[in-house]
Amino acid sequence: MSIEVVSGNHAAGYALSVAGEANRGARGASCGIYPITPQTEIVEYVASFPFHKSRVVPVESEHSAMAVSIGASLAGARAFTASSSNGIAYMVENIMVAGYYRLPIVMVAVNRTLGPPWNIWADQGDTLMLRDFPWIQFYCESNQEVLDTTLLAFRLAEDHRILLPALVAMDAFIVSHTQAETVLPDQPTVDRYLPELDLPHRLRHEDPKTLGGLVWPEVAMSLRQEIDEAMGRVDEVLAECRTAFVDVFDRDPGGAVETLGTEDAEIVIIASSSIATTVREIVKQRRRAGEKIGLVKIKMFRPFPEQALREACRTARKVAILDRNYAAGVGGVFWQETKAAFQGHRDDLLVQNYLTGLCGGDVTPAMVEEIIADVIARSAETKPVWMATQ
Amino acid sequence: MPTLEGVPPIPCTEECLLRPGNTNCGGCGMGVGLTMLGRALAEAGDTCTLAIPACCGIVTAGAFPTTSYGVPTVATTFASAAAVAAGIATIRDLNEERGQVICWAGDGGTYDIGIATLSAAAERNENIIYICYDNEIYGNTGGQRSSATPPGARTTTTPGGKSEDKKDIMAIMAAHQIPYAATLSIAHPEDFARKLRTAFSISGTRFLLMHSPCPTGWKSEPADSVELVRLAVASGLFSLYEVWNGRAWRINVEPDWTDPMEYFKRQRRFRDGEIDLQATERASRDRFQRLEVLAREFPYKTKEG
Ligand SMILES: Cc1ncc(C[n+]2csc(CCOP(=O)(O)OP(=O)(O)O)c2C)c(N)n1
Ligand code: SF4
Ligand SMILES: [Mg+2]
Repeated sequence: MSIEVVSGNHAAGYALSVAGEANRGARGASCGIYPITPQTEIVEYVASFPFHKSRVVPVESEHSAMAVSIGASLAGARAFTASSSNGIAYMVENIMVAGYYRLPIVMVAVNRTLGPPWNIWADQGDTLMLRDFPWIQFYCESNQEVLDTTLLAFRLAEDHRILLPALVAMDAFIVSHTQAETVLPDQPTVDRYLPELDLPHRLRHEDPKTLGGLVWPEVAMSLRQEIDEAMGRVDEVLAECRTAFVDVFDRDPGGAVETLGTEDAEIVIIASSSIATTVREIVKQRRRAGEKIGLVKIKMFRPFPEQALREACRTARKVAILDRNYAAGVGGVFWQETKAAFQGHRDDLLVQNYLTGLCGGDVTPAMVEEIIADVIARSAETKPVWMATQ
Repeated sequence: MPTLEGVPPIPCTEECLLRPGNTNCGGCGMGVGLTMLGRALAEAGDTCTLAIPACCGIVTAGAFPTTSYGVPTVATTFASAAAVAAGIATIRDLNEERGQVICWAGDGGTYDIGIATLSAAAERNENIIYICYDNEIYGNTGGQRSSATPPGARTTTTPGGKSEDKKDIMAIMAAHQIPYAATLSIAHPEDFARKLRTAFSISGTRFLLMHSPCPTGWKSEPADSVELVRLAVASGLFSLYEVWNGRAWRINVEPDWTDPMEYFKRQRRFRDGEIDLQATERASRDRFQRLEVLAREFPYKTKEG
């Protein structure tokens, strides 16, 4: 173990690499890689890592990057990649395939605005566009959380009760390029946490199967239902992976949601990724002053932690949801999902959406204070509020 | 554990790459090509994994829970066969396992949507065999043009006959300087089998282009399929040759310059008045002459000299 000052990208590159290396005793590791700002350093890190049983394939596009990882995964290897923004958009067809083929591929995504206009800064629209695909999704706020969650994602994705790919996202620049003290676990410790991958449906000459051919509706629909069942097991398996993580690394990687002050909060602020960091400080200050206010950070977006969210907002009267993303014609994506989670359970709850820091704008403490003042003062919900970038 | 694999309906051996009872149209060239591929692998004591993009070749598998393929097979997205195969081959090589990794792709997945992926795999010299069965049309979607469709051919998107020439995919692949590129015709089975053996004996990217009769798209009689591709070779419309490392050429069959009208008139995709016979013959002779120059100036030298 070493403690180093590294960027979010470095932390992600390190985690992907040591996870791949941890499979050297089994079928090895591979990934297709392709650069795009602001994730490029991740694939550069992976490309220079001294693997013992791995090949990093520098392909011609994100579409092929995921395709190579799919091929490697089908052959039973640990596979991963990283991308961002338009790279994710270009990759979409094969992202979908990885999910429906039930391949435990891990992708680190640096959330960046989808163009046009050309904008390289933080916005979650690129990965939230994948929300209906069979991928587990995590949103992280710090370098350490990125590293820990990436390692955890492999163990979760590869569990035979799950077998779904997982995405670990962080905000462009705010996390990807900010250096912070980070614990980098050594290889033997990672080896202890990540068992060798055994993909039950990998391609085998001894038992030739055809994957992805024509399937009639009854069976095809039952495959969708199997995905739903696997998604339904994520909470339970995640809890196990988290406990094992604490055992091995002596550090809590976090769960689906993280709460602060929700035991008695009347006002709850819901946020994700680096916005949660800013909100947390303000909530702490206000609680010290005696206010009944709380924070819920949604870390796992897929499957959506409905139950945990309802539990965390048990004492709340009003909820403010900060979204750094926008679904055209509707509003924030976290807001939509949260609304649906409360529907029929908490019709008394006032749930207000604030669109903040889209396309990389800063979400300042002053803006968060403004949102809190607004939600405290309001007696009814309105359409999502666009918070002007200051 | 997810249940997404098709299972062969009866036990099969490695000799049986394509099992009886597939869903191809009668007279489809693919069935012959796949059978020859299976035999050549068995004779070489080799086996394979197939990566098949969207095309008639994946429909060939039939419907779950059965499959016509007796080897591990994966359906890839339309543009991705070469990249998925590269991933599979990478892990095979890391684990020092046997068996070829073979892409079996249509002309649409090769000349059109998959060309960037294929070009990149070839440039990296991925250890795969890429076989394009060229039926000169998008068969699976009901017969639209591709950049492999020959001039004059009617398709649903070239209702008056295609006006552009066929893309020279062999020249493109040879320009990548891959270890081996060759053309195949099911009307020349010995040449076909020998080229497969050659491909199996080399590593790196190997590209094979098979002229694949398609009665449905060509509007021809199923019984005419082999005869049609024989006529294509004889009349100089489709040449049989090999290229090593993009630097050495060998012609395998000399055309006897049979009147190409014999070929055209048996396919209702070609209409009288929509074929410029003179231009076609000139183009064929030109193409062949260039090949002759290459084969003379840059001949492939066997070990015997
Ligand atoms: C991205 C994408 N676009 C379009 C299609 C629809 N599609 C499936 S097969 C095909 C044509 C295939 O043509 P070709 O590669 O020549 O194979 P053939 O059908 O002739 O065997 C098309 C357009 C698809 N599957 N994926
Ligand atoms: S459409 Fe053509 S290529 Fe496709 S199965 Fe039928 S004959 Fe074969
Ligand atoms: Mg075709």
